[in-house]
Amino acid sequence: MDAFLTQYVDAYYLRIMVFIGINIILTLGLNLITGVTGQLSMGHAGFMSLGAYTSAILSVHYAVPFFVALLAGALVAALFGFLLGIPTLRLEGDYLAVVTIGFAEIIRVFFLNFEPGGKAVGFSGIPQSTTFTGVWIVVIIVIYLNYKLLNSRAGRSLYAIRENEIAAEACGVNTTRMKVLAFTMGAFLGGLGGGFFAHYMYFIEPGNFGFMKSIELLNMVVLGGMGSIPGVILGTVILTIAPEMLRIVQDYRMLFYGALLVILMIFRPNGLLGDVRIYDIKKRLFRKEV
Amino acid sequence: MAILELKNISQEFGGLRALDSVNLQVQEQDIFGIIGPNGAGKTTLFNIITGIYVPTEGNLVFKGQQLNKLPAYKIARLGIGRTFQNIRLFNKLSVLDNVRVGSHGVTRSTFIEGMLGLPATRREERQVFADARQLLELVGLDHKEMEYAENLSYGEQRRLEIARAMALKPALLLLDEPAAGMNAGEKEDLMKLIRLIRDENKLTIILVEHDMNLVMNICERIAVFDYGKKIAEGTPNEIKNNERVIESYLGVGV
Repeated sequence: MDAFLTQYVDAYYLRIMVFIGINIILTLGLNLITGVTGQLSMGHAGFMSLGAYTSAILSVHYAVPFFVALLAGALVAALFGFLLGIPTLRLEGDYLAVVTIGFAEIIRVFFLNFEPGGKAVGFSGIPQSTTFTGVWIVVIIVIYLNYKLLNSRAGRSLYAIRENEIAAEACGVNTTRMKVLAFTMGAFLGGLGGGFFAHYMYFIEPGNFGFMKSIELLNMVVLGGMGSIPGVILGTVILTIAPEMLRIVQDYRMLFYGALLVILMIFRPNGLLGDVRIYDIKKRLFRKEV
Repeated sequence: MAILELKNISQEFGGLRALDSVNLQVQEQDIFGIIGPNGAGKTTLFNIITGIYVPTEGNLVFKGQQLNKLPAYKIARLGIGRTFQNIRLFNKLSVLDNVRVGSHGVTRSTFIEGMLGLPATRREERQVFADARQLLELVGLDHKEMEYAENLSYGEQRRLEIARAMALKPALLLLDEPAAGMNAGEKEDLMKLIRLIRDENKLTIILVEHDMNLVMNICERIAVFDYGKKIAEGTPNEIKNNERVIESYLGVGV
């Protein structure tokens, strides 16, 4: 499949498509934590780096098959998501955000000093096992499972926690348990995306997973629309492509990127698709006909 | 038989004694009214029963089972549903989803089952959907099931809270000022609704309310609170003629 694609599609565009796919896996994970459950996390890159390093080390040093390494990376990230979820349950909003930033920094500094991970020099020679097809098959599975989850009993209770925690408890929702589950599942997807990332780049270093990476992922979720799967996908596509499209303005690239964020947030404070529902669109179309 | 029993319940916030050695028995299938001036401890009482506060002293028994120190979600699952004085709906969820979340305590499917959508999960989901529709019909919101909860009028929001609490299939329903902000016509409908819910589901209702007309009309028993103490209890007629109640709350009639 990939061989076929590389014949007909420019390698540059294929590369962007792969990054869009990886970012969708990452942002759908963050969306579960922040968008759906309403727990502001600003350390998603920490989960990403756990998945990236774990899977990379397993591939290079232990010659573990790619998908096993990926899964192991995601599970390690999930474990840390679970552990981080427990103490942070008493915290809300800004306080939680500070803790997640601190967590991601600890992970980054750990890898800066981690011998098997190449320390500050970085870790190279990772097999490029990530393919366009592989990433997008996983993306489709992740979207499907997210969709099923958010339309189920558990998913609705996550939204309920975001909307009103006390009322959710009064409905019989074990908010503690659901928040930890959201953190664990979000971290799992963060680790999965990190694994794909590592196996696409040949080379990773702790700098790939700094605070700015976390913010970039958070931007995608907020811009697209917190809690909305189509919104998050759209936000991710736009913000992955934007820096590439903006290459024409060269030095002013990041300035335009920032301006784009400001303008979009002024005109769509709930995100591009944050409060758009198929039901409303249908209703509007139907009214016009009458 | 008493479905709910409060024995010597006290609640302190710092130096403030919000409830002072309260004893209360609520009989099964009663509509029980709690009245009293602002700050008398009525909502505090609800918050203790539903596990939001752990009482400083005293015992709380529901259907023969101790409730003390149980977390709020477990108390809900035992069959105690409630509404809130300051409406607490899930604003950015649809009316239908608000009621569906309400059934969380009486449904089973887990995180993973939800993702996989197994046959048992789908069956449960259909049941939840059918029940929610029925409840919305009962409170007269079936034509608005796809609206966001925040877009409903005040009276509609109060009715939606009742529907959501009913989705828990409670044995005991606590209504905190259900008529607040309603006009006369809406209050009439609300009274009918409360009676209907009780009669059809054979449940017990405790309500806190300031509207005396409503309380005297539908409650079989009433307890009066003042400064954290229960100062009187009895039938509506007894309460109307109780001198302490008239003095501290009802006021001298014209």
